[in-house]
Amino acid sequence: MVDELLFFMEVVVGGLLAGTMYSLVALGFVLIFKASATFNFSQGAMVFFSVLAFCGFMQDFNIPFVLAFILAALLMVVVGLCTERLVLRPLMNASEDTVLMATIGLGYVLEGLAQAAWGVEVRRLDLGIGDFPVPWIADNLKLFISALDIFAGLVAALMIIGLFLLFKYTKIGLGLRAVADDAGAASSIGIPLKHIMLLVWSAAGVVALVAGCMWGARAGVQFALVDLALKALPVLIIGGFSSIPGAIVGGLIIGATEKVLEVYIGPFFGGAIEGWAPYVLAIFFLLYRPEGLFGEKIIRRV
Amino acid sequence: MKPVFMTYTKKDLINLAVCMVLSVLVIPTFITTEYWYTSILIPWLCLALATIGQQVVMGYTGQLALGAAGFMAAGAFAMFNLILRVPDLGFVGSLIVSGLIAAAFGILFGLPSLKVRGIYLMVATLASQFFIIWMIDKFGWFKNYDSSGIITAQDIVILGKPFTTPLAMYFVCLAVTTVLTLLAMNMARGSTGRNWMAVRDMDIAAESMGVSLLKTKVQAFAISAFYCGVAGALFAFCYLKSLEPVAFDIKLSFKILFMCILGGLGTINGAFIGAAFILLFPVLLNAIGNNVFHGAIDATIISSIEQVIFGGLMIIFMIYEPLGMAKLWENIKQKLSLKLQSSNNKDLKSSLSKKS
Repeated sequence: MVDELLFFMEVVVGGLLAGTMYSLVALGFVLIFKASATFNFSQGAMVFFSVLAFCGFMQDFNIPFVLAFILAALLMVVVGLCTERLVLRPLMNASEDTVLMATIGLGYVLEGLAQAAWGVEVRRLDLGIGDFPVPWIADNLKLFISALDIFAGLVAALMIIGLFLLFKYTKIGLGLRAVADDAGAASSIGIPLKHIMLLVWSAAGVVALVAGCMWGARAGVQFALVDLALKALPVLIIGGFSSIPGAIVGGLIIGATEKVLEVYIGPFFGGAIEGWAPYVLAIFFLLYRPEGLFGEKIIRRV
Repeated sequence: MKPVFMTYTKKDLINLAVCMVLSVLVIPTFITTEYWYTSILIPWLCLALATIGQQVVMGYTGQLALGAAGFMAAGAFAMFNLILRVPDLGFVGSLIVSGLIAAAFGILFGLPSLKVRGIYLMVATLASQFFIIWMIDKFGWFKNYDSSGIITAQDIVILGKPFTTPLAMYFVCLAVTTVLTLLAMNMARGSTGRNWMAVRDMDIAAESMGVSLLKTKVQAFAISAFYCGVAGALFAFCYLKSLEPVAFDIKLSFKILFMCILGGLGTINGAFIGAAFILLFPVLLNAIGNNVFHGAIDATIISSIEQVIFGGLMIIFMIYEPLGMAKLWENIKQKLSLKLQSSNNKDLKSSLSKKS
């Protein structure tokens, strides 16, 4: 009985920590949605693009780890700048759906560019943190929890606290929230819309890079990262599109549920239900709470 | 213009006649290489049909859906099982029933559209994509317990006659696509289509005008999935000639989405233009890579460039012409006719001034 309980605990904790990895991806979506009310479908592609660039700098040009990370982050700022100039500004007054489709296009561009520049083969990314159980926890608590999972959890927590403080207590954060609420009104009282957009897209790019590093260290840097990033969508639906705490709670819920379902119900159906379980969970959430756990209520005017 | 037959105007009938002459007489007499049929014309017709399905739900009803390939898979595997287990149904009967089975899935996964829209709905439809593929993959019954994972599609037999040559398969696809395209045009122009568009433009306003949202949305999803299902069955039986769930992954869904958007949302001919463009462009790019650069550029780089161009085009179209290539074509036609008119006027004026 104790063993079963321990095993269940292990599954849940492993799921929760894996869920923080989804949260990291979802965080990038939330940042952009919060500040510009546009849904950036290319976030998954940004994850792939940034981490592939990071790997490329390290492995092809032998640039040291820290410098390569900074270079990749700068590259994401450039991507943000180009996106703001070339995609968002011309679409300033377009409908939500139009912008969404344009970001799907942007995702394609980024995926293609990344593969054209750094090739299609799977790259290994070594962060210096192993993806194996921490011996200390395994000995004392009898739980097998990967060190990488714990590290990802810590990074996610730090980033979320940082962003939360930024949004809540700084002048920039206030500007961001004002722009999200009503871009026209915000710009009319003198909030520099362009700078805000650039800032947000760069921040989302850096978040994508961090998320990409975590995923890359676990699953290898490869195209499948884009599909994995799609799982951030149900996370967002559960947590709410405009809530930073929502992104983390949604990620935890998805991570834990998906693992528990896979371990306890999966075997009856031949496994691999992880592939669709998060989406079905999201549908149920949509039916009862379309705005998500922490989202603002959706009000549509006729 | 006044309709001559059902909702079709005289212009439509002329267009239809031209298309029929082109596809039935001109193409078979001038194109004799099998490559064109097996690699371009047949997939073009199948994917155009699936794109019409996507158009119904996205272009006409305004619901962002991203699960076309899932419904195609449902149609393809339903077809395989129907021919295998209910041989009395015949090819055409099986095709219709497999479309209906896909439509049932469409209704099931279309239900969330009653509550949510936009990106929320997109996520809900992604569930259908992943669920259907998983279901086919995990339950051996659908694949007739074949362990290899790739099943060979049965030969097409209609009324006792085999249709196995590329040309014959092309005619099968052509016939099905023509009938369904005409039906789609008829629906889009009739009250059904007007309801769809009313819901697209403003669902709450439509509802207050007495359009039933439940009926309209569910109907659109069912019809869309029917088209995708039939297209998937044709895609598997005429083009791939094999069935594997991987062929209908999310990438195909995105491809159909691109065909739909680049072709022109809310147009039937846009489906054909979009499908042709997405299919032919890589062929062209490969040809340039092979002939101009003589294979100096790696094939993976070419496919990456192709992706960049598709994405870039998507952005450009969203900025400058959100209604896609069909609208572009429309604009060109309009400009030409205006020019023609103005030049006619000039002639008239000059002849008048000469007279005076």
